[in-house]
Amino acid sequence: MASNKKYWKSVEELKEDSPIVKALQDNEFVTEIPTDEFLGNKGALESSSTTRRDFLKYVGFSTAAATLAACEGPVVKSIPYVVQPHDVVPGVANYYASTVADGFDFANVLVKTREGRPIKIEKNDLAVHGGSVNARVHASVLSLYDKNRLTGPMVGGADVSWAEFDTAVAQKMNEMSGKDIVLLTQTFASPSVSKLISEFTAKYPNVRHVVYDTVSCSGALDAFQNKYGTRALPDYNFEKAEVIVSVGADFLGDWQGGSYSKGYAKGRIPKNGKMSRHIQFEANLSLTGAKADKRVPATPTQQVAILKALTGGSTAGLPKHIAEAVNKAKAQLQKAGSKALLVTNLPDVASQTLALNFNANSDAIDVNKPLLTRQGSNEEVMSVVNGVISGSIKGLITVGVDPVYSLPHSKEFAEAYKNLEMSLAFAMKLDATASLAKLVAATPHYLESWGDAQFKKGTFSLMQPTIRPLFNTRQFQDSLLQWTGNSQKYYDYLKDTWSSSVLNGESWSQALHDGFVSNDSAVVMEEVKTSGNATVESSTSNGALGFLTQEGDFDLTLYTSIGLGDGQQANNPWLQEFPDPITRASWDNYLTVSAADAEALGLENEHVSNGALNGSYANVKVGNVVLENVPVIIQPGQAKGSVGLALGYGKTAAIQEEMQTGVNAYKLYQNFSNIQKVSIEKASGMHEFACVQLQSTMAGRSADIIKETTLEIFNTQDSSVWNTVPVTDYDHSPISVRDERADIWSPYDTTIGHHFNLSIDLNACTGCGACVIACHAENNVPVVGKDEVRKFRDMHWLRIDRYYSAQDTFKEEIETLENLPAFDLYDVVENPSTYNPEVAFQPVMCQHCNHAPCETVCPVAATSHGRQGQNQMAYNRCVGTRYCANNCPYKVRRFNWFLYSENDAFDYNMNNDLGRMVLNPDVVVRSRGVMEKCSMCIQMTQKTILEAKREGRPVKDGEFQTACANACETGAIVFGDVNDKDSEIVKLKEDKRMYHLLENIGTKPNVFYHAIVKNTTEA
Amino acid sequence: MKKVNFIHLRSKLPLLLLVFLLTFSTSILAQDAAADAGANVDIAAGETLFKANCAACHKLDRNAVGPALRGVGEKYDRDWLYKWINNSQALIASGDALANKLFEEHNKAIMTAFPALSEADMDNILAYTDQPKPEPKTPVVDTAAAGAGSGDGGSVSNTLIIGALALIFLLLVIMLYLVTNTLKRIAEANGVVYEKKEKGTPIWKAFIQNQFLVLVVAIFLLLTAGYVGYGYLMQVGVDQGYAPVQPIHYSHKIHAGDNQIDCNFCHSSARKSKTAGIPSLNVCMSCHKNISEVSPETATAEYSKEFYDGEIQKLYKAVGWDMEKQEYTGKTEPVKWVRIHNLPDFAYFNHSQHVTVAGVDCQKCHGEIQEMEIVEQFAPLTMGWCIDCHRETNVNLANNDYYAKIHEELSKKYGVEKLTIAEMGGLECAKCHY
Repeated sequence: MASNKKYWKSVEELKEDSPIVKALQDNEFVTEIPTDEFLGNKGALESSSTTRRDFLKYVGFSTAAATLAACEGPVVKSIPYVVQPHDVVPGVANYYASTVADGFDFANVLVKTREGRPIKIEKNDLAVHGGSVNARVHASVLSLYDKNRLTGPMVGGADVSWAEFDTAVAQKMNEMSGKDIVLLTQTFASPSVSKLISEFTAKYPNVRHVVYDTVSCSGALDAFQNKYGTRALPDYNFEKAEVIVSVGADFLGDWQGGSYSKGYAKGRIPKNGKMSRHIQFEANLSLTGAKADKRVPATPTQQVAILKALTGGSTAGLPKHIAEAVNKAKAQLQKAGSKALLVTNLPDVASQTLALNFNANSDAIDVNKPLLTRQGSNEEVMSVVNGVISGSIKGLITVGVDPVYSLPHSKEFAEAYKNLEMSLAFAMKLDATASLAKLVAATPHYLESWGDAQFKKGTFSLMQPTIRPLFNTRQFQDSLLQWTGNSQKYYDYLKDTWSSSVLNGESWSQALHDGFVSNDSAVVMEEVKTSGNATVESSTSNGALGFLTQEGDFDLTLYTSIGLGDGQQANNPWLQEFPDPITRASWDNYLTVSAADAEALGLENEHVSNGALNGSYANVKVGNVVLENVPVIIQPGQAKGSVGLALGYGKTAAIQEEMQTGVNAYKLYQNFSNIQKVSIEKASGMHEFACVQLQSTMAGRSADIIKETTLEIFNTQDSSVWNTVPVTDYDHSPISVRDERADIWSPYDTTIGHHFNLSIDLNACTGCGACVIACHAENNVPVVGKDEVRKFRDMHWLRIDRYYSAQDTFKEEIETLENLPAFDLYDVVENPSTYNPEVAFQPVMCQHCNHAPCETVCPVAATSHGRQGQNQMAYNRCVGTRYCANNCPYKVRRFNWFLYSENDAFDYNMNNDLGRMVLNPDVVVRSRGVMEKCSMCIQMTQKTILEAKREGRPVKDGEFQTACANACETGAIVFGDVNDKDSEIVKLKEDKRMYHLLENIGTKPNVFYHAIVKNTTEA
Repeated sequence: MKKVNFIHLRSKLPLLLLVFLLTFSTSILAQDAAADAGANVDIAAGETLFKANCAACHKLDRNAVGPALRGVGEKYDRDWLYKWINNSQALIASGDALANKLFEEHNKAIMTAFPALSEADMDNILAYTDQPKPEPKTPVVDTAAAGAGSGDGGSVSNTLIIGALALIFLLLVIMLYLVTNTLKRIAEANGVVYEKKEKGTPIWKAFIQNQFLVLVVAIFLLLTAGYVGYGYLMQVGVDQGYAPVQPIHYSHKIHAGDNQIDCNFCHSSARKSKTAGIPSLNVCMSCHKNISEVSPETATAEYSKEFYDGEIQKLYKAVGWDMEKQEYTGKTEPVKWVRIHNLPDFAYFNHSQHVTVAGVDCQKCHGEIQEMEIVEQFAPLTMGWCIDCHRETNVNLANNDYYAKIHEELSKKYGVEKLTIAEMGGLECAKCHY
């Protein structure tokens, strides 16, 4: 039944006989190599300044030169340490526990270092409340090696020493005595920093501390503070929730700091016939909406009403189908009782209070140990902004924030900022704020710093440096210590603070080793002041639902993309090239518009002949702020009457030209509210996207790619019904393809030694993409740039395919549609396929087929089969015929069309000494003309085997890892040895949800998937 | 009378001899007695004791961790020295002025107490240290250099002789030619007519006309060219025998050969890492802090003691060790060794797999390293070489639980007790290429 669904990646595929889709299905490489263009053009050939004779001369000369140059081998130098640090063994990786706390992402991490340089970030499995180690956190190691970083402190634009800088600051602070100075910082959530700042403000009473969260959570914080007295965010455990209703909250993304996917995924694996039910009302199609059992597109205006209706109000005014969905959701919430959870992303205090009150008795909410990862107050920040603009604030010290870039009033603010008496920016880069500041203090990256954080009350994390500062930088905390006349280094200060108030007798070394310590010892943290009044009123002044009264035809929902988040790491090529899980577009942000609205506005998306996507431009207007030439993507599932736009793009200061992508949506972030009324008009021109959604279509095959069923069918029927094993003909009778008689190849003996399998649970996979970045870091996957991605030449070894499917193939949903009154039905079925598709994510890497089609066609035997199950690729043997890629049904092979390292045409991290420090020394950097693909991280399995051999013991279950399995927080990707009969992977392989991708073609892959089960129980 | 005298003398000779003997014997006895009184020393024993107990910190003629000790026995009162050596800290604590003065002078470096040394032992040691400094020997090198010089001279004279011979030969040829010419002219002048020889087919023409021969030769030449060309191309990039000049002349022969230092002592990461690791300079200094010069016997005809000592000085310069003050200056300059064994990036090799797991001797791939004064690349390091070994070598299965299960299964499959690396999957591409 489930397999009757039609899946598609792009709306283009729904058109009948689309020549582009056809071409993409037929050809591995969309564009031919343009030899005919050149050779066929006689005129161009003849008018070329290079004659045949010249050409031959060049060939002769270069051959001779190459021969001569090859006569003498290069002399390679080896330079050992003078004094070798005693825990560094060249060639062996060291891991250190540390913490990311950049004000947006908070996570406990493990840092993998080689010869003293960090090369990879991994999640810290010890940490229970470890935050979310998402794609950005994985990529943060590359931001350490950003060549655009500040190399030292500056006064008035001139490079100075720290001593001179301190003198300049001291002088300035003296001049400023008595005048109002604001210390505007990110959320540190740090016990020692809050202590330090209070000491600083005690010494300089004219300084006051204000926390500014670039992406505000003020409403939720205010609501929590009103109800529970602490300025914090409630922590949720989605595993304990049986019914989850989300009104606009993308809790698998960055909602209120994120990090909920782990618990959510646990509740989504059917266990004993049960799994959680998830209903999502949202405007933009988010990761969370994509995973929902039932997703109802609703504009923010409707969301306000939905939330009220869910918490007791009436559904009056809502369209019928939404009202019905709300009523059903309400009934389910009530039925679930304490197992129900209602979350919302509406920015106002009132809405957040509604949700908080509703959840008060829920098992899934934790208000006793809330999250401290957001502290900012919109009111406070607004008062600072107004103070700077009006001139009442004379000095501004910014730490970890870039207000000139991220404030909606950036123009007025920038003007006023330039004229401030004192402007001091602590910054890692000469960003928009730092470039205008008179005093710029260069700060180190978190991998070069000491620090601590308390994400969740009672859990304290430590940040430790894993490399000596690359540049002449000094931590903000060290500067404050210096200026408060404290002769301690911050390390000692931190240690003292911990000994006195955090450790509670536990060992500092142990805490440093683990990266965190849990205890409930009370630590005095500086409370963020909110206008002196403990109760925060919901009013329009703090940016509540003023938007309802705004003018505009559309509801805009501003969101943070999985790739760039709040935009701190915009200069990170890994993140720029990371395709958005939903739109599959990289190197851009864009206005997502529903198909109906696009048609009404005349906005278009079209695929040009090579399959690349072009989109119209639109001007987006909020109040009197106009954002011009925003590229438009027509997004299936976008609620009609709503649009979406990602924050964090459009940075230009200290950003390499290639990465100055997108538009700055912060200009529309009025009153720090993520929902705005906007008016939209079409602008001229077409934008060229680098969108990979049409790529890798598995040669047009559609059966056996995604398997999906409902919980009811899963529980009641045999797996042969919903997880059919394909059949083939043998001796004129059908047999299963798993039958050995169906095999025309002689099978490999896979029973001896290790045999690796990779399991991917599509129910647990949220599409978050952490695995993609982890794979980049582990395997030295190159970045190719927007133009090349547009030509479908991206090099990701692991891609996450996103499939839409028509909802109306589920029986009960057809009934739903049939029961709708005619008027509403029109609205829904106007464009049934793109109105509200269901979404499935499917990570696809090399399937390591036991009967690999690629192996049989390689003329030089560069790709071969290993007895451990890996399909091996010997780069040095490859001559680049690309036959293998053409013959691969899964389209997972990637060809090095160019030399991507040390090549100025691809000026990304592999083109500078600093960026190359991130390369994994155990994996070769591939050269031009070579095919590459997922190796199942053979360098990691080999290392595990070698360790076991050295220690003379068998390998334990769970020891074998790949970068993707290691990065997967939800446990969707599991790797292991199927010849170890007690291992988890064997259990997973025997699970009835197990299926292979395109099993009917008989490739016998070593990667398997678990079918999606959706909980469609309505009551 | 004379005779009588003689007789008298003769009769007295035994007595005289006796007296003579006694005189000497007394003196010998006297000497023994003196030795009993404190000068009865055994310099050889002293040397052994010195080397065992003192040499770590003291040198005879220059300051090391402790001061130079030559003549120390004469410099200080013997009893005071006994106390100092037995327990210098106690002596200092007792308030002894001299002890305190010395302690201050030497930066309060605490000397290990040697309560176990008897006074006799200490006497022996002091006797050893108080030996006069031996005259520097005539350097061996001089003769070697002279020898080398004379050798050079020999070769020069050889060339000269050959040159002279060649010249003479040339002169002879010219003279003969001139003589025949003159004779011819005389003959012509006398009207003698020569018979002209009939010209036969020149040999090259005959060769070209014989097509079979041409074919055979052509095939032969082609094959030779093919063989030589292939051989030449196959050794491109194979640097077997590569022995570059290193910034410091480090002799594996002296360290690993003569002194039998275990390879893993310096290349410690070979046991646990993919790289054998070039030892950091602090590893060198764990011995060379005390060994600032080589013994005279180390010097060879090719390399003098001064040369080796100079190389040790290079180490001190690189690591920033001030030999006089016996302290680190902090000024370091890393040594840029020339890498000898260069594997291409796409080949992964792990030392620990071979050294720790397989128990392969270093010499198997690196040659008789303990005999190499200058290290050279012993093995070709080609893939064929790796594979040959993987095909032939049995896996070291002993006492390794990792192999227990797989060994059992594989030996059943192949019906053998021992397994080669190839049978374990050691020839698969991606075992070394990723």
